[in-house]
Amino acid sequence: MTTDALIPLLPFAAFVVIGLGDLFGRGFGSRAHWIAVPAAFGSLLFSLIAFGSVLSGGPHDLPLYTWAVSGSFRASIGIHIDALTAVMLLLVTIVSALVHLYSVGYMRGDRGYARFFAYLGLFTFSMLMLVTASNLLQLYVFWEAVGLCSYLLIAHWYERPAAAAAATKAFLVNRVGDFGFALGIFLVFRLVGSLDYDRVFAELPKHAGEVITVAGFDVQAVTLVALLLFMGAVGKSAQLPLHVWLPDAMEGPTPISALIHAATMVTAGVFMIARLIPIFSLSAAAMSVVAATGAATALFAATIALTQNDIKRVVAYSTVSQLGYMVMACGLGASTAGIFHLLTHGAFKALLFLGCGSVIHALAGEQDLRKMGGLKSRLPVTYWTFYIGALALAGIPPLAGFFSKDEILVRAFLSGGAGILFWGVGVATAFLTAFYIFRLIYAVFHGASRLDPKTAASVHESPPVMTVPLVVLAVLSVTVGWAGLPIQGLNGIEAVLGPLLSPGGSSEPVSGQASLLLPLMGISVAAALSGWMTARYFYLTRPELPERLATRAPALYRLSLNKWYFDELYDRVIVRPTRRLADRLWRTVDVHTIDEAVNGVGRETLAGARILRLIQSGQLQHYALVMMVGTFVILTVYLIVQ
Amino acid sequence: MTTVLFSYFAGMIVLTAAGVVASRKPVNSALSLLVMFFHVAGLFVLLDAEFIAAVQIIVYAGAILVLYLFVVMLLNLRGEESYHTQYLVGLTIGLAILIEAVLVVSRSGFADRVPSDPAPAASLAGNTEGIGRALYTTYLFPFEVASMILLLAMIGAIILAKKGMFDR
Amino acid sequence: MVPLSYYVMLSTVVFLIGVVGVLIRRNIIVLLLSIELMLNAANINFVAFSHYLRNLNGQVFVFFVLTVAAAEVVVGLAIIIALYRGKATVQIENINLMKG
Repeated sequence: MTTDALIPLLPFAAFVVIGLGDLFGRGFGSRAHWIAVPAAFGSLLFSLIAFGSVLSGGPHDLPLYTWAVSGSFRASIGIHIDALTAVMLLLVTIVSALVHLYSVGYMRGDRGYARFFAYLGLFTFSMLMLVTASNLLQLYVFWEAVGLCSYLLIAHWYERPAAAAAATKAFLVNRVGDFGFALGIFLVFRLVGSLDYDRVFAELPKHAGEVITVAGFDVQAVTLVALLLFMGAVGKSAQLPLHVWLPDAMEGPTPISALIHAATMVTAGVFMIARLIPIFSLSAAAMSVVAATGAATALFAATIALTQNDIKRVVAYSTVSQLGYMVMACGLGASTAGIFHLLTHGAFKALLFLGCGSVIHALAGEQDLRKMGGLKSRLPVTYWTFYIGALALAGIPPLAGFFSKDEILVRAFLSGGAGILFWGVGVATAFLTAFYIFRLIYAVFHGASRLDPKTAASVHESPPVMTVPLVVLAVLSVTVGWAGLPIQGLNGIEAVLGPLLSPGGSSEPVSGQASLLLPLMGISVAAALSGWMTARYFYLTRPELPERLATRAPALYRLSLNKWYFDELYDRVIVRPTRRLADRLWRTVDVHTIDEAVNGVGRETLAGARILRLIQSGQLQHYALVMMVGTFVILTVYLIVQ
Repeated sequence: MTTVLFSYFAGMIVLTAAGVVASRKPVNSALSLLVMFFHVAGLFVLLDAEFIAAVQIIVYAGAILVLYLFVVMLLNLRGEESYHTQYLVGLTIGLAILIEAVLVVSRSGFADRVPSDPAPAASLAGNTEGIGRALYTTYLFPFEVASMILLLAMIGAIILAKKGMFDR
Repeated sequence: MVPLSYYVMLSTVVFLIGVVGVLIRRNIIVLLLSIELMLNAANINFVAFSHYLRNLNGQVFVFFVLTVAAAEVVVGLAIIIALYRGKATVQIENINLMKG
């Protein structure tokens, strides 16, 4: 269907138009949203149409452009929509449209207003092209493109050194992951000879037994491929150990945090794993690595979120943690559950971020929760929507987060072997999750006001253009979960995505094992509720308790507050040596060798010229002498030759 | 007989030539050159070229040298103090080339191809007449060109030496 | 009889004396005199060969050499006079405007 092409092209057109307006002429300035917002909603409309069409009629395929033809290698750019892509399209366009709307209020008066919307359009375009790819090349290209847009948008307020540094950090850390990703793609090409999903999925299993020797070690080819591809996901989805960029990315405007670093770009990694699950499932070793990484990340990030004082950082670490859940699910073979959680998370995490943005906007830039409190009466809409988001995140039924998180936990438990371990990690993390999010709510909205008197005077609820998206997302946070009810016949998610993501029936319909289902559900709900109540105790009933605990266990507290010193470690081990090496290389190679060579040529030419100049003495007899010497030489040669 | 005369003439020519180059005063150099011209004329007579000998004396000794002496007197030149700084190098080069020239000449086959017994003068029907015939027949064009050269030289000299021409 | 090579040697020696004179003397007049030496050496050579090859071409050439020598002397001396007026010197080392 050709209207499919409009889905990514509308936001791209918005980018081009706004961009050109800035380039030629005075630009659109504060009217830029008149172009961007309709484009975003138009894209949403066409995504809905495409979704309905794919659900009823099957996948769409719309090749746009043949990009590369080299020997037997062909790669084209096109739009391929199947069930997985269709739900991703919905997610991306809905959140993008709401964020567009929200930004009209949040970014009002900003100097880079038009630039913001232009890059928003570019990002939306790139993300949409990423999910509609039908070959690894398009995937990779737009993978990089969303990374670029992330860089541009994090550094929106580029005069701030912290923002510029954060953007660079994001880009560089992603690069590390992308390096592995690229190697993985190269390896795929070498093994299969094509980058199209269909051919790769069909041909790669034939290489299942192959072994490749890397640096003296023998590795299974398919394991190597899967691990390399996973590196890309580790970078993009901020898993351990490449998670360090995501909290810093909070330097960007809050709508960006909501769109890119909660709902869409960071989920590209999870999407990639799900999309390429036929590759991953060829290697049990790789799947274990994926699951372990996800689980570790989930727990690890939750421990950090417990002590953070910047409200956006709490939500950022929460995102890392929830991404860990999704990755773990994919690694355990339950990618349907992973994607389900991706969808619900997109709704409530975006909601939480936009809610933070609303609070920040109301407090004229304050982000430290130690300076907040008692805001629930002043910011009612923000409060209620935030509360709903928190409930969803904590996994309290019947909100969305409960169904998706529970699905993951159940699958983990049932996946046998070490599955119980993963399940335990998931439950522990759920407890921590509930704790930190309600800590946030109580600190920000409840209790006595610790506001700075100046800001306290101007606190006001956000304008409708900001609160309407909040309400919409709150509704979604409640309802989206019902699409995946674990009751046979009512599980829409399973019906839509199951055949795609769990081929070969590796997904035992959970609905059939009711006996285990209810107790497990009960345990996860209990974990969430106890986390909530603990937070209530700590922050509402006995607010002095956290201080006492922090002073009693200072090492643990500091470990959590300082993000387990990861940044410091990287700085010491990687950043500084690299800088020193670069400095040394610059000095010896560039300055002393190349510059010397170039300058040397000039210097020597001048010196030579200075010497040669002596020949032109102006003295007739010098010239005559030289002529005679020449004659002498000629005669000598003549005599010798004769 | 001719050998004796040759030796005398050759010796004097070399000595006076050295005198031209070595004399401190320009006047001495010019006079030394004059003597050399006479001896060269003598050598020419020895080689049965009487006309050339006469022309040598008339033109070189009588005109060119006189011109030199005019200029020397006109400019009232004193003698110079020393030779050029490169005189050692110059002498060395001269000597070196001389040795090489000797080698070249001795190696070349002059003796084989040239009869050492030249024909008597009579077969040349008089030197003057011979040269005159050659000049006005075979070498007519170069002869006319030579006269043009002389004309141009005269004009050139007048213009160059005229007072007030280049005094700006 | 005097062999031809003697004449050639004589001519060479006189020529080289003239060359050395050009290289050594600082006075322009003497420089020109040395050039006359060289021309005379060439003349000796021509006449000697003309005699031994029984050919008048050599002597005709001497005629022309003489002409050219005369013309050259005339113009050269005129230049020297002009130079002397401008710079009041006939030392050749002082005439070095083309230096560089």
